[in-house]
Amino acid sequence: MPVNSATERKKSLRQVIAEHNSDPGALLDILREAQEIHGYLSTAVMEEIADQLGIPVSRVYGVATFYTLLATEPKGKHIIRVCESPPCHIRGAVNILETLQEVLGVNPGETTEDKKFTLELTSCLGVCGVAPAMMIGDQVYGNLTPERVKEILKTYE
Amino acid sequence: METVKVTIDGREVQVPKNSTILAAARAAGIEIPTLCYNEDLDVKGMCRVCVVEVEGSRTLQTACSQPVSDGMVVHTNSARVRQARRVNVELLLSNHPQDCLSCIRNQRCELQTLADQLGVRELRFPHRVRAEEKDISTPALVRDPSKCILCRRCVEVCHQVQGVGALYPVNRGFDTTIAPAGGVDLGSVACVQCGQCSLVCPVGAIYEQDHTERVWAALADPDKHVVVQTAPAIRVSIGEEMGLEPGAVTTGQMVAALRRLGFDKVFDTDFSADLTIMEEGHELLERLEKGGTLPMITSCSPGWIKYIEHFYPDLLPHLSTCKSPQQMFGALAKTYYAEKAGIDPANIYVVSIMPCTAKKFECQRPEMTDSGYPDVDAVLTTRELGRMLRESGIKFSDLPEEEYDDPLGISTGAGLIFGATGGVMEAALRTVYEVVTGETLASLDFTDVRGLEGIKEAEVDLKGKKVKVAVAHGLGNARKLMDLINEGKADYQFIEIMCCPGGCIGGGGQPIPTTREIRQKRINAIYRADAGMPLRKSHENPAVQTLYKEFLGKPLGEKSHHLLHTQYTKRVKYPEKAAEV
Repeated sequence: MPVNSATERKKSLRQVIAEHNSDPGALLDILREAQEIHGYLSTAVMEEIADQLGIPVSRVYGVATFYTLLATEPKGKHIIRVCESPPCHIRGAVNILETLQEVLGVNPGETTEDKKFTLELTSCLGVCGVAPAMMIGDQVYGNLTPERVKEILKTYE
Repeated sequence: METVKVTIDGREVQVPKNSTILAAARAAGIEIPTLCYNEDLDVKGMCRVCVVEVEGSRTLQTACSQPVSDGMVVHTNSARVRQARRVNVELLLSNHPQDCLSCIRNQRCELQTLADQLGVRELRFPHRVRAEEKDISTPALVRDPSKCILCRRCVEVCHQVQGVGALYPVNRGFDTTIAPAGGVDLGSVACVQCGQCSLVCPVGAIYEQDHTERVWAALADPDKHVVVQTAPAIRVSIGEEMGLEPGAVTTGQMVAALRRLGFDKVFDTDFSADLTIMEEGHELLERLEKGGTLPMITSCSPGWIKYIEHFYPDLLPHLSTCKSPQQMFGALAKTYYAEKAGIDPANIYVVSIMPCTAKKFECQRPEMTDSGYPDVDAVLTTRELGRMLRESGIKFSDLPEEEYDDPLGISTGAGLIFGATGGVMEAALRTVYEVVTGETLASLDFTDVRGLEGIKEAEVDLKGKKVKVAVAHGLGNARKLMDLINEGKADYQFIEIMCCPGGCIGGGGQPIPTTREIRQKRINAIYRADAGMPLRKSHENPAVQTLYKEFLGKPLGEKSHHLLHTQYTKRVKYPEKAAEV
């Protein structure tokens, strides 16, 4: 969960970096933890990390944009990741995605106007036995149908 | 040295252990094609063009990265290898623009050469180019990311050699692009405009902002008196651009070629380099006597200046206030020379031939207008001069040797060695020693400060007063010295810093390729030319002496301060600080 006050966030970020001994080799871990604190990786956060680690900010930005689980733009409260790997595709992932697009009114990569949901695609979630599948936050949902997707979304009201 | 035996294409070779297959093949006289590989940079193994077959390996191996082992059997020219290489290049071409005929690197492009060499005669794959706009935000460089083949040489040179880190791979997969952080353009980030990226780019993805059209226009304008100055490093590199071997000294032909292009006067930056020594040497003596900020650091290299402004703004007082020789020349061309020649400075157009892209940035700095006009109007890199000479049909190597014009073309060997790392320091020492001691130097060669070692030190005894100096080239080395100053551990009085590896002879505007080996050859040429000069000390330059007598008065005088000295700007490392961290 994002930490609330700006000063607290700043403090937590410094703490995270200190815990990793300002080691540039720990950049990925630091970015992940920074995102937990801030919700996403803003330019200012990446510059702070670059300064503390003594590396160019371009490298921080490059790593942040490489990994789909890291975000350089603000995201919704809940991130929905729809699996687009072949097993889910065969089992109807396209219908699931269409349903989500219809209900939320956003395309993959976009965030709803009320900042509640961000819709994303993901590669295999490793739960092919219950395909088609998606994640909302850390929660995995399988055996999806358009009806079930609508029901699940309601629980996030 | 421990060696291993390998068999490459049926030939047995004995090579040092840990050699790569590529090095072993070259030792055996077998050429393996490469693309992302660069002999001066770390191995990346990105492009897969150098693949070879290794017996016992299921997959093809990249020769640039794979070390040999004893008894290894390698095939560099099997059907499988040729097929793989060709497909890899075809795939690179499948998202590469097809405007080769009008590309700046046409006929000088490593990708084009490879496609030809590997027999690519049709483009079988669907063609789709990443639609990205050209970045023309800086005065010195153009980025054309749509042409980029993601070899990462520019990233390597920017991060590892220069320690600047303006560019890095962004995004992943098909969307990968080499770009500054934050999706902004190059002009918004702390790029020093050194152009080392443009030297290593195998294609037309990063290159110099072109000034040739404006120079052609000035040359064609009958109202303009167009004067040209040539930086010290050009005479030992323009020959390469015109097809000669690296290390050729072509001063006389270059002067003749410039006259044939139509320049009204051909002058020499070596003249203002001598002048720089007079000003900077006296500035150093003044700081030593009056307890000014020490160590004093040279200020000739505009990439270095921009670097210290961005990354060590608190150390700016260490910089000499002297303008670079290029800018001193411009300021004098539009004042002293204009007066002497009886020409309205408004009609004088000053062109510089520089080994440097950052000079294009320097000449448009707002403070570089002390003559009342832009002191320098256009900067051509060695590569651009080469293009103009080729366009004009001048047969460079057939030209007779001609002399520079008076008075701004008269120079000494001290001005000339500014082109190599350590040269400014050596030139300064030649003058400072004689000014302070009143004695004539027995040997003019301060060899301790010469050569390609990253940081060099020397100590000079000025009649009992010891002066310790340091020389660094390449910003990664400069950073080490700056950190020493910050830690209070730099016991030097004078430091020379050049932005580019090897100094100006290795500048970002120099002929492609510029390797370590070629840098050394150009350096050798610089010192060879210096040794052949009748005068080798700046204070003995008769034109500089006359300049002081007729116009400037004395070094560090009022007129000097107005025309030849400058101030610096504190810059930030990041484009903007968001409100919240």
